[in-house]
Amino acid sequence: MRAPLSWLRELVDIPVGESGRDVARRLIRAGLEVETVDTIGAGVDGPLLVGHVLEVEELTEFKKPIRWCQVDVGTAGGGVRGIICGARNFVVGDLVVVALPGTVLPGGFEIASRPTYGKVSDGMICSERELALGDDHDGIMVLPVGVGEPGDDAAPIVGVGDEVLDIAITPDRGYALSIRGIAREVAIAYGVPFQDPGLELADLPAPLPDRVPQDCGTDDPAGCDLFTMRTIVGFDPGASSPLWMQRRLVACGMRPVSLAVDVTNYVMLELGQPLHAYDMDKLQGAVRAGWAVPGEPFESLDHVARTLQADDLVIRDDTGVIGLAGVIGGLHSEIDDDTTAIALEAAHFVPEVVARAGRRHKVSSEAGRRNERGVDRDLAPYASARAAALLLEFGGGHYVGMTAVESARAESVIHLAVSGPGDVAGMEIPHETVTGLLEAIGCEVEPVQALEGQAPDVATAPGLRVTAPSWRPDLTDPIDLVEEVIRLNGYDLLPSTLPAAPLGRGLTREQRLRRRVGMVLAARGLVEVLTYPFLGPADLDALRLPEDDPRRRSPRLANPLSDEQPLLRATLLPGLLAVVRRNAGRGLADLAVFEVGSVFLGEVAEETGLRPPVHRRPSHEEWTGLNDLLPHQPMHVAAVLSGNRDPEGWWGAARPSSWSDAIEVARVVGDSCGLTLDVAAGEDPAFHPGRCARISVAGEVVGYAGELHPRVVEANGLQERTSALWMDLDAVIAAAPDVRPAPVVGTHPMAKEDLAVVVDRAVPVADVQAALVAGAGELLESVRLFDVYEGPQVPEGSRSLAFALRFRAPDRTLDAAETAAAREGALAEAASRCGATLR
Amino acid sequence: MSGPNTSFDPKQVASLDAEAVEGMVAAAVDAIAAAGDLVALKEARLAHAGDRSPLALANREIGALPPAAKADAGKRVGQARARIKEALEARQMVLEAERDERVLVEETVDVTLPTDRQPLGARHPLTTLMERVADVFLSMGYDIAEGPEVEAEWVNFDALNVPPDHPARTMQDTFFVGSPDSGVVLRTQTSPIQIRAMLDRELPIYVVAPGRVFRTDELDATHTPVFHQIEGLAVDKGITMGDLRGTLDHFAEAMFGEGIHTRMRPSYFPFTEPSAEVDLECFVCRGESVGNAERPCRTCGSEGWIEWGGCGMVNPRVLQAVGIDPAVYRGFAFGMGVERTLMFRNGVSDMRDMVEGDIRFSLAFGVEA
Repeated sequence: MRAPLSWLRELVDIPVGESGRDVARRLIRAGLEVETVDTIGAGVDGPLLVGHVLEVEELTEFKKPIRWCQVDVGTAGGGVRGIICGARNFVVGDLVVVALPGTVLPGGFEIASRPTYGKVSDGMICSERELALGDDHDGIMVLPVGVGEPGDDAAPIVGVGDEVLDIAITPDRGYALSIRGIAREVAIAYGVPFQDPGLELADLPAPLPDRVPQDCGTDDPAGCDLFTMRTIVGFDPGASSPLWMQRRLVACGMRPVSLAVDVTNYVMLELGQPLHAYDMDKLQGAVRAGWAVPGEPFESLDHVARTLQADDLVIRDDTGVIGLAGVIGGLHSEIDDDTTAIALEAAHFVPEVVARAGRRHKVSSEAGRRNERGVDRDLAPYASARAAALLLEFGGGHYVGMTAVESARAESVIHLAVSGPGDVAGMEIPHETVTGLLEAIGCEVEPVQALEGQAPDVATAPGLRVTAPSWRPDLTDPIDLVEEVIRLNGYDLLPSTLPAAPLGRGLTREQRLRRRVGMVLAARGLVEVLTYPFLGPADLDALRLPEDDPRRRSPRLANPLSDEQPLLRATLLPGLLAVVRRNAGRGLADLAVFEVGSVFLGEVAEETGLRPPVHRRPSHEEWTGLNDLLPHQPMHVAAVLSGNRDPEGWWGAARPSSWSDAIEVARVVGDSCGLTLDVAAGEDPAFHPGRCARISVAGEVVGYAGELHPRVVEANGLQERTSALWMDLDAVIAAAPDVRPAPVVGTHPMAKEDLAVVVDRAVPVADVQAALVAGAGELLESVRLFDVYEGPQVPEGSRSLAFALRFRAPDRTLDAAETAAAREGALAEAASRCGATLR
Repeated sequence: MSGPNTSFDPKQVASLDAEAVEGMVAAAVDAIAAAGDLVALKEARLAHAGDRSPLALANREIGALPPAAKADAGKRVGQARARIKEALEARQMVLEAERDERVLVEETVDVTLPTDRQPLGARHPLTTLMERVADVFLSMGYDIAEGPEVEAEWVNFDALNVPPDHPARTMQDTFFVGSPDSGVVLRTQTSPIQIRAMLDRELPIYVVAPGRVFRTDELDATHTPVFHQIEGLAVDKGITMGDLRGTLDHFAEAMFGEGIHTRMRPSYFPFTEPSAEVDLECFVCRGESVGNAERPCRTCGSEGWIEWGGCGMVNPRVLQAVGIDPAVYRGFAFGMGVERTLMFRNGVSDMRDMVEGDIRFSLAFGVEA
């Protein structure tokens, strides 16, 4: 909402000398978000005078017609000046705006007395655009007769120098979408009286006795509880709105159109009541507000053909729908250049109804913005009287009268404990301050001894019976009044105290381990990225996921940003692969990235009827039902490694990352959580079938790691041999030990035994190692594979695995026989389980 | 070793007289002093203190002396050997020190050689910033609450006092999941976590809730459809707006330095009433750039204050929707945009840097923003 300072000053006695910025500061303190303060005609420096065109000589010897004008700019302005002008939209006798030499116009253009077209032009006759007042450059500005005398300062006449506050109005403050509402806040902020223009009924002439005003009505007070029509006939369709009105409309961001349209807009800006002007001659029968018939057609004045639904509130006459109530008018009843009979609608519609229709039909209108936030319930007849008076004043015609239907308005009466605002604020707010501030916003305040419907201990406390004004439909609960009092009293006066929070328990185990995993991966050289969770079927195709893969059954967005990516991710990999590709495109080829984030598994039902009430806690069934609507959303961790894992340097060559690095990262995630993960050959369609590890914990598969499938690498434009892993981090953390048991740190000497066994190549190392561990018995402290050999020294199809075994007893030094026995046990178990032979 | 002196031979042994022994010592000391390195010293040791050195040979002769002379000669030789040993040790120390000095110099390396064999990776600065914020509140006794990103519309809107068809719903452009009638959305704010916290936890409740939220904005330098908020909620008996202010002040000081205050401006959010915008006193210029053309501040645009987030007292209607009696309990809530905080705190000028995953961005922060 744009509010010119000059307009506010008309309604409020703002102290002289207060600038727009001063007023803005006060309003911001009171909670109106003033975004900018502009000056109209900013950049105009120097006098602008009213000039009277005395003579016009047409100069025809040039390529375009040029006028040599004699303009009287008053004695002080130098009397009559000769001025060259290219515009042709004025005649002798017109009043114009003249910039004298020395005046600087917007854009740094300085007017000078200069020879041109064979004359010396001694000033400039200005257009709107030259003064930065508007876009109109069709001709110069011609001022209406009587706005001033030659030589008068033209700046205030055309509005130059006026400041305009642009205020973002929050949805709760519909009343502030008007000069009236903002002026009230200004008055409160300055502590000066406010003369409310919304409570003054404009003087109208007595209705014509021989004409019948346009009839109106409403079918359902649940949609429209007040509907009024004022009728004017004999209106001059050629009349235009006065300059001051046009200036204000432009200052508020609206375009002047015609007198009738301008007046409805002007009164809406001034008072906040949307009005609609019909050409009465195009109406048939009574105009009524009522519900649409499902499927009923309606063509709105923006030339859009619409189909209506049963809960759309419409305005109709005998011909059909002529308006979407409170949102937008119809094409066929619009006033036009020939309209002489005007029916002026001013009504009150139920805000939710208007909001629903605006959203459904995607119409954002000035009227709709106000109606959906709630218009002053009692304002309609006042606003239409004001508009009718303006129409009659500037467009002539005769007043025919008003028709109206109205259902009784339920007053909003709120019981407030006097101490309420202070209790919430945490400070003393005196009784008289509470009362005074509530009265300032228009409430009627009456002290009462007992508060109805309150707990007994409060009932005896002094209370207030507060009746909210008609323009504040947002005031319904005691807390609404509390807010008004604290806000107007000033948030800057609030004390700064601290509540005594209970003793906390710190992070949960899940939160702690998630942090640990992130830190450890970063310490391992991986870089965390945060990718969008949106993807599309093509991304899943590029992972080679078959049609029946569960990761293809993820929730779908009804309104995705991109039609290519309507799905929520069930896998972190596509996002990470895109990041790797982007980095590679920027020359960063050696990288390891990871992400910890939610994935979404399962689809979401199309429709639910579940919408528990909000005046009480949802029942157990309702709460369970709401949660059942949601997909499973586990936290996953994934990483992609590409290019070199260890860089090349003065120490030697680089080491490219491989399937084993991905598995190692997976193991490190497990280690971070205190878990030894089980690694076995596995299959995930995204991975190289021979280089993919299935990662599991206690028999439950938690993810996969290894080299990506060459086709996946190719489809995603990655470097060859790119490797990756993904794991269900929630599942890993769930399996993590709560408390990790301490080891027995033996201090007796260690016995080392190396053991090389030959096994079939197909036998996994993990199996051999497990057999060694099982066979070696309790004395085994650790086992570690230190060499793998394949070649002529071992039989074809087999390989040699060399393990370092370390034995130690907690209570004694092992003798050679004990160690040898343990080693033999290990070998025997490997032989029986895996067919291992001593090399 | 010489054999036992079994047969007595009373002849004089010339090599054991005092002069001769003194001569041997002098020769040894000269040779030791002349040894220029440890190898030469070793030779000198062999020559003058070894088994075949003149003194050792002379020592063998002691046995041939008459008993009266034995003690005298033995003492003389012993003293001589001790003097030689002392000279050897002293020279050994000198030469070892010289050698060490030389070798350590020879082994000098260029310690400015790059040592980035295993460079540190990084966590995303948004993650570490959220942890930092959470830690401030953990230290105040708050817990960290969480909730799902795909959320029931009832939790994201209805329970937060945003009824259907209320204009406030259109303030946040919502992603609908499934269909617009599914009752499921991508949460538009972290506030639904408030609802879950109040339904799931025992009173009093003090929680902070970081999380990822979603709105249908196209990505540009200042907008992203996926961003992060961190939200705080306290529900207790006797909670006041002054408590809210004090908590925000403490938060600001913990994050931005001693003496940094917050300012509240009245505003509107459906789930709080009274509601306020929170401004942070500029932690760079501390307001000194305001009206001071010679000291402009890029961080606050010379406004002295930075818009930081929203806050307010939990609307009693919200308490009702979760079954908490607003006559007994009050609460406050506040929330901040994490991206926005990172932008002004660390000077990030383009939102896209945070979402594109260019590793140079995260690496610049390391493991702490």
